[in-house]
Amino acid sequence: MSEQEVARAAVVDGPGHAPSSEVHDGRRSRRNLFSGSVGRNIGLVVALVALCIVGYATAGENFANVNNLLTILRLAAVLGVLSIGMTFVITGGGIDLSVGSVMGLATVWASTLATQTMAADTHWIVMVGVALAVGTACGLINGVLVAYGKVVAFMATLAMMVGARGLAEMISNRQTQRVTEVDAFLEFFRADLLGVPVLVWMFAVVAVAGWFLLNRTTFGRRTVAVGGNPEAARLAGIKVKRHTMYLYGLVGLTTGIAAVMMLARTTAGSSTNGLFYELDVIAAVVVGGTLLVGGRGTIVGTVLGVLIFTTLTNVFTQNNMSTSAQAVAKGVIIVVAVLLQQRFASRARSA
Amino acid sequence: MTAVKRSVSFSHMVNADPQPTRPLLQMRSIVKQFPGARALDGVDLDILPGEVHCLLGQNGAGKSTLIKVLAGAHQPNEGQILIDGEVVTIPHPVAALKLGVATMYQELDVVDGLTVAENIYLGHELSTAGFSSRRTAARNTRELMKRLGHPEISPHREVGELSAAGKQIVSMARALSHDARVIVMDEPSAVLDSEEVENLFRVVRQLTGSGVAIVYISHRLEEIRAIGDRITVLKDGRTVAQNLAVSQTPTAELIKLMTGRAVDNVFPGREPVAEEADVLLAVESLGLEGKFADVSFEVRAGEVLGFAGLVGSGRSEILETVYGARRATQGTVAVGGKKLRGGSVAAAVDAGIGLCPEERKSQGLLLDEPVYRNITLSTFARFAKAGFLDERAERAAAKEQAVSLDLRPAGVERNARTLSGGNQQKALLARWLVHGCRVLLLDEPTRGVDVGARAEIYALIRDLAASGAAVLVVSSEIDEVLGLSDRVLVISEGRVVHEGPADSIDEHGVLDLVMEGSAA
Repeated sequence: MSEQEVARAAVVDGPGHAPSSEVHDGRRSRRNLFSGSVGRNIGLVVALVALCIVGYATAGENFANVNNLLTILRLAAVLGVLSIGMTFVITGGGIDLSVGSVMGLATVWASTLATQTMAADTHWIVMVGVALAVGTACGLINGVLVAYGKVVAFMATLAMMVGARGLAEMISNRQTQRVTEVDAFLEFFRADLLGVPVLVWMFAVVAVAGWFLLNRTTFGRRTVAVGGNPEAARLAGIKVKRHTMYLYGLVGLTTGIAAVMMLARTTAGSSTNGLFYELDVIAAVVVGGTLLVGGRGTIVGTVLGVLIFTTLTNVFTQNNMSTSAQAVAKGVIIVVAVLLQQRFASRARSA
Repeated sequence: MTAVKRSVSFSHMVNADPQPTRPLLQMRSIVKQFPGARALDGVDLDILPGEVHCLLGQNGAGKSTLIKVLAGAHQPNEGQILIDGEVVTIPHPVAALKLGVATMYQELDVVDGLTVAENIYLGHELSTAGFSSRRTAARNTRELMKRLGHPEISPHREVGELSAAGKQIVSMARALSHDARVIVMDEPSAVLDSEEVENLFRVVRQLTGSGVAIVYISHRLEEIRAIGDRITVLKDGRTVAQNLAVSQTPTAELIKLMTGRAVDNVFPGREPVAEEADVLLAVESLGLEGKFADVSFEVRAGEVLGFAGLVGSGRSEILETVYGARRATQGTVAVGGKKLRGGSVAAAVDAGIGLCPEERKSQGLLLDEPVYRNITLSTFARFAKAGFLDERAERAAAKEQAVSLDLRPAGVERNARTLSGGNQQKALLARWLVHGCRVLLLDEPTRGVDVGARAEIYALIRDLAASGAAVLVVSSEIDEVLGLSDRVLVISEGRVVHEGPADSIDEHGVLDLVMEGSAA
């Protein structure tokens, strides 16, 4: 037999034999790996690298130096932590429009504590605790409304978005509340660890924890099931309502963490903290490849999406371009990403 | 479901021809003996140019062996193959292609890493003086794709990027590149969803229009109705019927030919339920405001209880209320003597009740998730350690049930969307078997399931009962309820109007009761 014949015979014979299903499985999962999530992530990496090249070409050393890199990461950190939480809610078939406002409220509440009542004799950890508690509580309120009150997620969290912002304004009396006296807090969170800011470490830890939670735990599996087909999940015995509530609680918790980071970065609590963040967060998550309709989410994609948006902002700033031009560019990126995502989704469906 | 409803038949292409066309390919009394088994025991097949010839038969009837003989992968021990009236031998696959006979296997035999053009000319690369002529290959490929109605598939695309439907097109193009006059398609629709099946049919019609004959193998009788011209039925390695016109052969007759039994005998035999068997499910004066009231019944281990009634009579609601998917307004449900908390699916599942819902796709499955995750949807937490998933154990458990239920294809990595209706139903049954359910609630277990697989599902249900489960079956098809169950409840207007052994009542009796009930 010539080589050609051998190849042909293998092709013709191979699929006919019984053990072929396993071979087929192996081939299939490999292909999914390339054309699936990893393939999509490679697309995002390419986009990010292209952005960096543009940055270097236009701003040269001003862009490509360690300090600027750390600036980008520091900016990405707050947005990133919020986005990790948002990835869970969106994968679970929901949406949370209130993250920006709730983060603002949490910074105000925590800084009020620091500047007024017990400023002198309280450990700064109380501030952190308050921020986390405010974030989680707001998230759980959203969750109860959506899961048990059957309020559409968009409306429930829109209400929280408006309400939390208002409450923050009432508490702070629309003043910026500086926390510069709380030295220990700022020292801890504004420090560097191994040359990398603590804020960036926090983002990394949240992202890694989020990855494990989504991909390796029962919580993650439930999230995908609830987002993919809530009725099927319910009839399989999954407590869909309770899980939905947990998801909003989780995004609330990450909002609290982000609030602590925001306080450290800006050294102030303010009702304007986090204004319009929800839009950037949702955009980063969806650009990253998480399906807006739920059922499929990617933490790696979200991290890349956040980095793309933050780098874009940085490149524009380095070139002294207006924020308006930035907004236009962001809009274009979102549309292109969603168009690509739809193509991927329909292909995945037919595969 | 994937059932493509279309009454158009292409039989006119055959019948309208005044003179009988000379067969393109004939197989006469083919015998293939394997060690210990006679796979083919006298098969005859006549293929006309430009027709879609359907090959029907149950698993093990010899279809696969026959197409392998045709493809040159197996040598027949006896019999003749004639092409254009001349006796030929097909000693190896390349010879089959040279004779114009191409085979598309169920598992698509394309190479993902190569381009479309490379796949099509795989094994017979075009070359001049040892250099491959890629440009010619690309040009020819473009023409083939145009002929198949898919000019958008570029010759330079990597095949791995294509959908299953796209790969199938490549496979067909390869067959045409060999100037195939007969293309054998082994369950081509198995990997496709319903829209893609439509598309496949369009391509098949284009091919037959240009004189190519298609040998079409499918378990889905609806498809054969939609696309086929003539049918040959195999059973136990023999041709039992030849050249039946699709449009003039009733489904009942086909099933009879395939199974050797009349349709009303597809139900497996019952075993008497032991008197002393444990009562697994006890429902007492269950009611749901506005839907049904005062429903009481017991189901013992090993028993199949059927619910007969019209659509809207409350049958499905009763099942869902027993399962806790609806909160009862009166009455109780007890499993193994323990009362269930009402309105909680999780409690019912924990107690060992499983539901296979009426709408598999919208209520049962995560279509874009792998089959094994669908099978372990109720049990993944049990395999997990401290909240961390153990996917290996999940896969193993899912695989085990997939094998025991004969899930086809057996691979558990593919997405649930790609399974046929009957296999999706099996995946749902597998879910509850992994869970170890003792009470199974089946709502329309054979809706959207083709006739061949129906008998399998029936047998599975009886097997489950025989292994000690209590099974509740709801179906709109009264003969199904009567044939499958030990005992039936007839429901009308949300009330039980009759209870008794299934063999003591017939379809007319049930209908009488139902009418009476609604008149009252």
